[in-house]
Amino acid sequence: MMHHLPVLQVVVPLIAAPLALLLRQRRLVYALMLLVSGACLGISLALWSAVQDGSVISYAIGSWPPPWGIEYRIDALNAFVMVLVSATALLTVIFSLHSIEIELPGHMHYLFYTMFALCLSGLLGIAATGDAFNIFVFLEVSSLSTYVLIAMGQQRKALFAAYRYLIMGTIGATLIVIGIGMLYLLTGTLNLHDMATRLDTTQNTRPALMALAFISVGVFLKLALFPLHQWLPNAYAYAPSTVSVFLAATATKVAIYVLLRFYFTLFGQDSFTELPLRPLIILLALSGMFIASIIAIYQQDLKRLFAFSSVAQVGYILLGIGIGNASGLLSAVLHLFNHGIAKGAVFLLLGIVAYAMGSTQLSHLKGLGKTMPWASAGIVIAGLSLIGVPGTNGFISKWYLLLAAMEDGQWWLAFLIVSSSLLAIAYVWRFIEIAYLQAPDTGTHLIRRLPLTLVLPAAVMVLATLYFGIDTRFTVGAATTAVGVMLGAP
Amino acid sequence: MDRRTIENQTDMSATGYYTYFVTFILLVAGLFIVVARGNLIKKLVGLGIFQTSVYLLYIGPAKLIGGTAPILATEWQVYSNPLPHVLILTAIVVGVATLALGLALVVRIREAYDSIEEEDILAADLHADQLAHAQVTATHPQQSNRGSA
Amino acid sequence: MTNDLILRIVARLLIPFILLFALYVQFHGDFGPGGGFQAGVIFAAGIIFHALIFGLSDARRVIPDRLIETMMAIGVLLYAGIGVGGMILGGNFLDYFVLDADSIHGQHRGIFWVELGVALTVCGVMLKIFYMFAARGSADD
Repeated sequence: MMHHLPVLQVVVPLIAAPLALLLRQRRLVYALMLLVSGACLGISLALWSAVQDGSVISYAIGSWPPPWGIEYRIDALNAFVMVLVSATALLTVIFSLHSIEIELPGHMHYLFYTMFALCLSGLLGIAATGDAFNIFVFLEVSSLSTYVLIAMGQQRKALFAAYRYLIMGTIGATLIVIGIGMLYLLTGTLNLHDMATRLDTTQNTRPALMALAFISVGVFLKLALFPLHQWLPNAYAYAPSTVSVFLAATATKVAIYVLLRFYFTLFGQDSFTELPLRPLIILLALSGMFIASIIAIYQQDLKRLFAFSSVAQVGYILLGIGIGNASGLLSAVLHLFNHGIAKGAVFLLLGIVAYAMGSTQLSHLKGLGKTMPWASAGIVIAGLSLIGVPGTNGFISKWYLLLAAMEDGQWWLAFLIVSSSLLAIAYVWRFIEIAYLQAPDTGTHLIRRLPLTLVLPAAVMVLATLYFGIDTRFTVGAATTAVGVMLGAP
Repeated sequence: MDRRTIENQTDMSATGYYTYFVTFILLVAGLFIVVARGNLIKKLVGLGIFQTSVYLLYIGPAKLIGGTAPILATEWQVYSNPLPHVLILTAIVVGVATLALGLALVVRIREAYDSIEEEDILAADLHADQLAHAQVTATHPQQSNRGSA
Repeated sequence: MTNDLILRIVARLLIPFILLFALYVQFHGDFGPGGGFQAGVIFAAGIIFHALIFGLSDARRVIPDRLIETMMAIGVLLYAGIGVGGMILGGNFLDYFVLDADSIHGQHRGIFWVELGVALTVCGVMLKIFYMFAARGSADD
């Protein structure tokens, strides 16, 4: 059983999807999903603890030995990502019981869970696999199910948001597959590990650079880096609350993992010396950080505000990758996890607000500090993590980012990082002002009582935001091992 | 070089690049249609053309001149490479699924907005936002100094 | 369209051959172009042809909605089931070598069942898409 864990990580949710389709009864499907997401979390924690010493678990699908067959290759980097994805999935499933009751008609619940299981399987598959084309296949599996999940939103804007995401996401995935095709034509293999060894010895580097360019642009589309982020705000804002939680915490993070995998495992440090990738990434990341934060300040809908904040935070992660030294990569991997937790907390709380107050428009939420004190406090804490205030986990990753900029001698970068955090203060302040400094409208009350299944995941995420800001052994330790594996890769 | 080695090569003369020229023309044409056309279905058609160019990119080099179908037989020594064909089967299925999903979304959008032109949809959304904003400022005058979404 | 005699007669003659051809493509995927996806699509095309000529409600009588959803799910479960079966019999996931005493014959068996699963799912999906789109059109009018 232990030997099969890498493949079970992906197969368990994959089997859950048609089972959910067959079972149809809401309660049965919900119980199945709880079981499956719990199992996924258990498997990813087991895998993570098995690779903490820097070792690599290799699993040959179909017993075909690796360069010829598809290989699932678990090392410290993707085990970390899988823990994030499965933990978020479990909390999201717990959250979804009551949240989708008010947002989706009853006869669609089993379809929602089918798509959710497929999305989970796809995301875990992207993380687990060691084969380039397999990454594309699972990327499309997760993306297609994401488009469906977004389109289940209540407003009609959700449909157009899903359509726009479909167009942009498919272009991104097709660019990635063009890059993979060029790599295959160049090296003759699709196995990432084997490809890396063959690329080291190849003389003709121009196709490899072309492939790198195509893959970079394709992945930038998927992770919503600044000019290619157009799909994200509407997709996160108009999707059902449960879907926003899951996407905000996992979709872009797994795309960042794909980028890291292609850059460091496959191309190594060459990717930065041959092409002007480093200045390009730094430029785009900085623009994203500033422009997205500024746009966030002017939003009227809280979900859209925090969606733009996601674009800005992805900028921080890419800045860490662009700076490129060990601290920069550490901050990138760390922020991948910390931002996933913080944004997950934000969107869980926004889902609670939507459940209890019926809307997430700032104009309807005046005086939220009085009507929903715990939820408002939670949003403030998560907002502090987005700003990077000490005591929250966001501070840890920002600290390493500043360290990376200063180690590299780029003092102007450190200055820019701090000033964009000031912009984050501005958009979090918008919420604080409306919630605490304005009196609630007369007659404002919660339209529904909050069940435990809604409150518990949100509380866990907010407490995690605080906990990982104080006790960093797990996050920093795991991230350091991951960076060590990335940089020390053959 | 014996005959077999020559036969193993793909045709690399100027006419041999024909496949790649077609690939890139289709690629750019597909991308252009997605960006330049406002009709939602035309965008999906452009996306389909874009994906088709990728199939050519993979299969073009896979067919070797003089190569037979990739099934082992004693009288043949040169086989076409089967792996790209399998990859493209997968990519075609993904393309079909994407197209089906896109068309389903277009049908729902048509029912919700009564139009499948991007400008009309964006205008309708903007109009709805402005109406909602006007409603908010009418009931709460102090909200009006906030920027619009 | 249902009133056109020629169309009805030709459809009645052709549809069985289309369905048979789908089965041929399914089982000859080992030796020629074909396999699960193509066979599923051809089979669905036969049923869609029937729906176009004889009406959607008639096709719904032949292949009801519940059956289609079950087909979709059973196909995926069959594929995953072969994979897990390989695991139970001692190999890795989707290991065809252990499915029979002779490992080459095991490959045959594995491919046969997974292609069947693929054909079921693809046929179900194509029919479901057609039913959803076709039903939408009549609801609009």
